[in-house]
Amino acid sequence: QRKESLRSVSVDLNHDASLLIDIPDALCERDKVKFTVHTKTTLSSFQKPDFSVPRQHEDFIWLHDTLVETEDYAGLIIPPAPPKPDFDSPREKMHKLGEGEATMTKEEYTKMKQELEAEYLAVFKKTVQVHEIFLQRLSSHPVLSKDRNFQIFLEYDQDLSVRRKNAKEMFGGFFKNMVKSADEVLISGVKEVDDFFEQEKTFLLDYYSKIKDSTAKAEKMTRAHKNIADDYIHISATLNSLAADDMTANKKNLEKLSDLFEKFRKVEGRVASDQDLKLTELLRYYMRDIQAAKDLLYRRARALADYENSNKALDKARLKSKDIPQAEEHQRQCLQKFDKLSESGKKELTSFKGRRVVAFRKNFIEMAELEIKHAKNSVTLLQGCIELLKSN
Amino acid sequence: MADTARDAPPEQTDFHELEDGEELFPEPATTQESQPASLAAEDISTNSNGPKQDSLFDDDPEDLFAEATEEVSLDSPERDVLLSDGPSPAITPITPPTSVITPRIGHTHDDMFTHSSFDEIEEEEGGDSFDIHISVSDPEKVGDGMNAYMAYKVTTKTSMSLFKRSEFAVKRRFSDFLGLHSKLASKYLHIGYIVPPAPEKSIVGMTKVKVGKEDQSSNEFVEKRRSALERYLMRTVKHPILLKDPDVLQFLESSELPRAVSTQALSSAGLLRMVNKAADAVNKMTIKMNESDAWFEEKQQHFENLDVQLRKLHTSVESLVCHRKELSVNTAQFAKSAAMLGNSEDHTALSRALSQLAEVEEKIDQLHQDQANADFYLFSELLGDYVRLLTAVKGVFDHRMKTWQKWQDSQMLLQKKREAEAKLQFTNKPDKLQQAKDEIKEEIEELEGKVQQGERDFEQISKTIRKEVSRFEKERVKDFKTIIIKYLESLVQTQQQLIKYWEAFLPEAKAIS
Repeated sequence: QRKESLRSVSVDLNHDASLLIDIPDALCERDKVKFTVHTKTTLSSFQKPDFSVPRQHEDFIWLHDTLVETEDYAGLIIPPAPPKPDFDSPREKMHKLGEGEATMTKEEYTKMKQELEAEYLAVFKKTVQVHEIFLQRLSSHPVLSKDRNFQIFLEYDQDLSVRRKNAKEMFGGFFKNMVKSADEVLISGVKEVDDFFEQEKTFLLDYYSKIKDSTAKAEKMTRAHKNIADDYIHISATLNSLAADDMTANKKNLEKLSDLFEKFRKVEGRVASDQDLKLTELLRYYMRDIQAAKDLLYRRARALADYENSNKALDKARLKSKDIPQAEEHQRQCLQKFDKLSESGKKELTSFKGRRVVAFRKNFIEMAELEIKHAKNSVTLLQGCIELLKSN
Repeated sequence: MADTARDAPPEQTDFHELEDGEELFPEPATTQESQPASLAAEDISTNSNGPKQDSLFDDDPEDLFAEATEEVSLDSPERDVLLSDGPSPAITPITPPTSVITPRIGHTHDDMFTHSSFDEIEEEEGGDSFDIHISVSDPEKVGDGMNAYMAYKVTTKTSMSLFKRSEFAVKRRFSDFLGLHSKLASKYLHIGYIVPPAPEKSIVGMTKVKVGKEDQSSNEFVEKRRSALERYLMRTVKHPILLKDPDVLQFLESSELPRAVSTQALSSAGLLRMVNKAADAVNKMTIKMNESDAWFEEKQQHFENLDVQLRKLHTSVESLVCHRKELSVNTAQFAKSAAMLGNSEDHTALSRALSQLAEVEEKIDQLHQDQANADFYLFSELLGDYVRLLTAVKGVFDHRMKTWQKWQDSQMLLQKKREAEAKLQFTNKPDKLQQAKDEIKEEIEELEGKVQQGERDFEQISKTIRKEVSRFEKERVKDFKTIIIKYLESLVQTQQQLIKYWEAFLPEAKAIS
């Protein structure tokens, strides 16, 4: 059950038994995360049917970048690279907690610390999930799963960092730089010949900025929820102190109230983390996925520009009556490349939309169900306490 | 999946329902009677700090008003206000407090301890049960610019015979409330009554209102103040003695009320008040009282602890209010963003679902706003009120110390005079001797009277404080319980609404295809 809930943002992954990947284990050492990548396969291209390797975040980035830079994959949506593990937020809070230790009771401090440890764990789980999904997206893609570098990533039992450095020297991040300035290519007067792509371009550009905004706003919402849960901790602790000092019949009431807030804050905390996973993380993931789709459009637009340039070159050659066959060949190649990109791109973008809709549906349903569950639990808790207080 | 994190945090298991009544609680502790100890003084007949606890001090939890009325024996209207709270009283003459029963004549020593039991007193009054409800409403701005002020309607509904009518309303401004409090404080605080403090002044808040800013923050300020004024009046009339005070009655009933001018924050009276408060603080530190009654020491410690805890709780709840408001704002922003995303979405069903999500979040934003109000007006203000009330409670304990000090001072003076008298015997001026003897005898007589009065005052204030503390504690527990239950009910409502909203959204999410 836990496994399913973690793989919530992407769907239809890891079903093909010929290549199953997961990250069963991860270690956190001084904020450097070491993932254990585990592969189970029936494919003969691999040396063993079942094996594991340790990988760092940088290895994933290397793999992503090599895929992006591979010409043959220009017409594919390359699954977005997992973001770097970010423990800044809980670490900062832990620091603040340490500073404020003197102002709290021992119990309060312990509870806050537990909360922070849970937060730390949540960040940790999220980063494992997102790295895992990256690999699973690759393994379930008909073309990318066969990539040589992907296989090396899964299998190579030595440290990848040496290979990583070599790769960087080779490519020099050429494509990446190109993609960065690709905005201008898209927006510039390259005339779009295909309605489908024209629509996609408009849609993706707009959608990207909107989903980026929604992600940020959802995150703020989640954080406010978390703050409220933390306030309940302090309220519960102080009520407990009041109860301890109270020598009257009121003592019991105060204890009940303190207990209520302690339980209530756990529910609120879960509301916050569920919202985080089902909403914020969903939006964040698809924001990055849409960036990857945009990259595909950039590449295609670039290919279109190349094709148009080759046409101009051909005309020039014909005028000068010089090097016509080369120019014709070059033009033919450009057209072929462009057509290939267009065809593959169309397929990718269509299946992307399908994937997105399914994922949103699944997560929205789950989020609504969890919200209802938590609210119902809260009502039970609260009403129970009210009854007890009234009867006293 | 076995994750190994740096520290292994506890697994969050599902919570359980509240487990009921497992512990046995000890019987609520009854107030201990302290053994009266004798004070260190020679001739003066010593007594305990107060009269022994008799049946007058009824600990019956049901009957809050068992000690409702008490004869307040006061001397003359021009009593020394040496120890009182505010310096100059408001311009309107202070009507001395009188009990409903005609006060016993004379200021003899016996007065204090010979009046009838409280049950008898209640019967004499006609057994009026406590039934009065005051509401403060309809804030109205009167005037312009910096002379403008807010007028509030004060409506009283009651069946008590104390009042001329059963329902009536008057218009009052903030300074009227302050004036009322000032009068009550100067009359009752120094004899041990816990006078509820008036709501705080706010120069910034009022200036905004005066200047005419019709924005949300000034509306919130007015509402906050209105609510505080209402709670202040209710607390005041809940006090059985204060309820009968003619100033209170006048405040509630009379259509015209002379303006209390010395209540302005920046007036000379206001500054004088601040200076006096500082002086009081210094004096408090220098009085070393021989506490022969452990009850007082215990209670003072208890209130100190309570004060610390309530302040802490208040801070946490204020933080909660702040975060809840933040959540509301963030939810509203997210709702807008989700709506935009829905517009941008080209898949029809998903687009619809996103719009629905935006609508749900917008409704939830309103829920959070309402909850933030409940957080504030019910929980936070309750705590704030009690933090302020505890200041008044601590104040009466301080007054008791001052009363004791005054008594001691008189005693010391008397002793000096007696010593002087003794020395007179050895003067060698026979003609002046008789005159000096007579003079000193007069002084001694006067001082003896003062000492007796001092002792009486001290005993009286101690007695009053015991009653007041008992009443206060009962009221506090009742108050908290009532309001906390209300607050929890507000939380229940919010959660139930959340269920409704999400249950309505669920089919929309499922409809995505």
